[in-house]
Amino acid sequence: MATLTVPSAVPSASEDCEQLRKAFSGWGTNENLIIDILGHRNAEQRNLIRKAYGEAYGEDLLKALNKELTSDFERLVMLWTLDPAERDAYLANEATKRWTSSNQVLMEIACTRSANQLLHARQAYHARFKKSLEEDVAHHTTGDFRKLLLPLVTAYRYEGDEVNMSLAKTEAKLLHEKISDKAYSDDDVVRVLGTRSKAQINATLNHYKNEYGKDIIEDLEADSEDDFLALLRSTVKCLVYPEKYFEEVLRSAINKRGTDEGALTRVVSTRAEFDLKIIADEYQRRNSVPLTRAIGKDTRGDYEKMLLVLAGHDEA
Amino acid sequence: MALPNGIEALDKAFSGIGVDEKSLIDILAKSNDEHKKSLRTGCPKLFTEDENGFERLDQSYIKNLQHQFNRFRDAVVLSLMHPWERDARLIEEAIKKGPKHYNVIVEIACTRSSNQLLGARKAYHSLFDSSIEEDLATHIQATERKLLVALVSAYRYEGPIVKEDVVKSEAQILYDALNNAGENNPLDHEDAVMILATRSKPHLQALYQHYNKAYDKTLTQDLEEGILKDTIECLCTPEAYFTRVMEAAVEQDADEESKAALSRVIVTQKEGYVPNKIKDSLSGLYKDFMLGLIASRDVEENNS
Repeated sequence: MATLTVPSAVPSASEDCEQLRKAFSGWGTNENLIIDILGHRNAEQRNLIRKAYGEAYGEDLLKALNKELTSDFERLVMLWTLDPAERDAYLANEATKRWTSSNQVLMEIACTRSANQLLHARQAYHARFKKSLEEDVAHHTTGDFRKLLLPLVTAYRYEGDEVNMSLAKTEAKLLHEKISDKAYSDDDVVRVLGTRSKAQINATLNHYKNEYGKDIIEDLEADSEDDFLALLRSTVKCLVYPEKYFEEVLRSAINKRGTDEGALTRVVSTRAEFDLKIIADEYQRRNSVPLTRAIGKDTRGDYEKMLLVLAGHDEA
Repeated sequence: MALPNGIEALDKAFSGIGVDEKSLIDILAKSNDEHKKSLRTGCPKLFTEDENGFERLDQSYIKNLQHQFNRFRDAVVLSLMHPWERDARLIEEAIKKGPKHYNVIVEIACTRSSNQLLGARKAYHSLFDSSIEEDLATHIQATERKLLVALVSAYRYEGPIVKEDVVKSEAQILYDALNNAGENNPLDHEDAVMILATRSKPHLQALYQHYNKAYDKTLTQDLEEGILKDTIECLCTPEAYFTRVMEAAVEQDADEESKAALSRVIVTQKEGYVPNKIKDSLSGLYKDFMLGLIASRDVEENNS
């Protein structure tokens, strides 16, 4: 469930554009107005606003935002304004360039989006970067990481609920064997995680737990230093219980000394219009404090305000 | 009332690709019992003398006849179906039938546009309640798996932009994979598979040209028949690939699969030259249909 709230009477795109233009003009910037408008519009509405802004003022709204805003607030607003497909393409492209946590972002996008959402991201990638997502991932990752990530980003998983129980049994056994042999990047492990439907994987992992007494995640904790194993664990979580995965990312981002704004921005901007409510519930369950309160304590200024608006916290 | 050319005509009616329905009607409708007997005795390919005093039909030939008579029907179905369903069903069939049919998977994955391939993947979900990649990965154990799964999962960029320096370095990588690998199967060469499975077609075609110039031979020249050769041909020189498939259909000892490929190629390809020797080997309604399809694409080409 989304945390984004949109007013019941939404101004027209051109009215919104006028207001945004006003927010940019004169001395300084009226950040509150920007938050008020963009923070309460869904993807379709934001697209219309961008289009109208371009037509009215001959400039891409995103460029204007880039000029007027700074730092974490700017990045959050910029990412939020993009529609989900473009946002995922942007984040994925960025992830093929940077060093740390880039594999995680690629995996996160590939595994927590629906088959069609991932597809749209790939289409947006073509349009924006004039290449395919997979060729960049292939070019910029190596070894076991590439072996796992390529199938993940190119999958078009079946999305039905049908599950083959005997297949689940066979594949649970197969996974158990490979894991016991520490063959974590084995072809079959990659095949199961990279091609099966989420429902099928879920059934397989349930069977794994019933048959072997342990959650597969536990069996993948052999080496806490092993980055590939960490990615594999996250992959499993993203595929079968994404809200737990996101809760962990948020918790770690908030608790980290100084806050990991990158992760916080990414999770809030990418999930606000999908399942941030469910993630927030999970957060509260685990940490006994509402997500919005934790965000409020850990961030400041316009960045904090925008995060809270997107997380559904309405200031009185 | 014996028709002097009955036996020859009968043989001819069944010998092409497709069946000459008109000829068969002409021969058989007017045949009396005696004439039919002389037809049977004159066709040792179809009939052998049974010890109990009758000319017995060769059962294995019946299968061949079935294929021949079904050719028109199959081509109609292929032509009528939505291209996405058609391609999804072709892939599913190829997976079931085994290694000799993997070239069909390569053909579809590599010669369709990005959106057409995507459509096939969607249709596959609807038709078979699973994804192409999971079925491929499950049914194919051997080295071919990596390449095939990767090809089918691609959503290639379709613009013209090509980076020359990348073309050069990747031509080198492919050269190493194909020539210096020694014991190693090029299909196991991860970088080679990545290049073929992720790069855009314009990029790969530029790579093909560059390789030719740099190493004085084509990418496929030294390759054995198989999916690697098919892949490179389909991506870089599709016309050569399709011509090869069509010519295989009319060879002396062409098997049923090669002949069936003819329908697939003519029905699914909107352009490309069909050599006269191919057209001449067709028969009956099937021939009319194929020639009609070929003619309408020539019209489109002339109009464009």
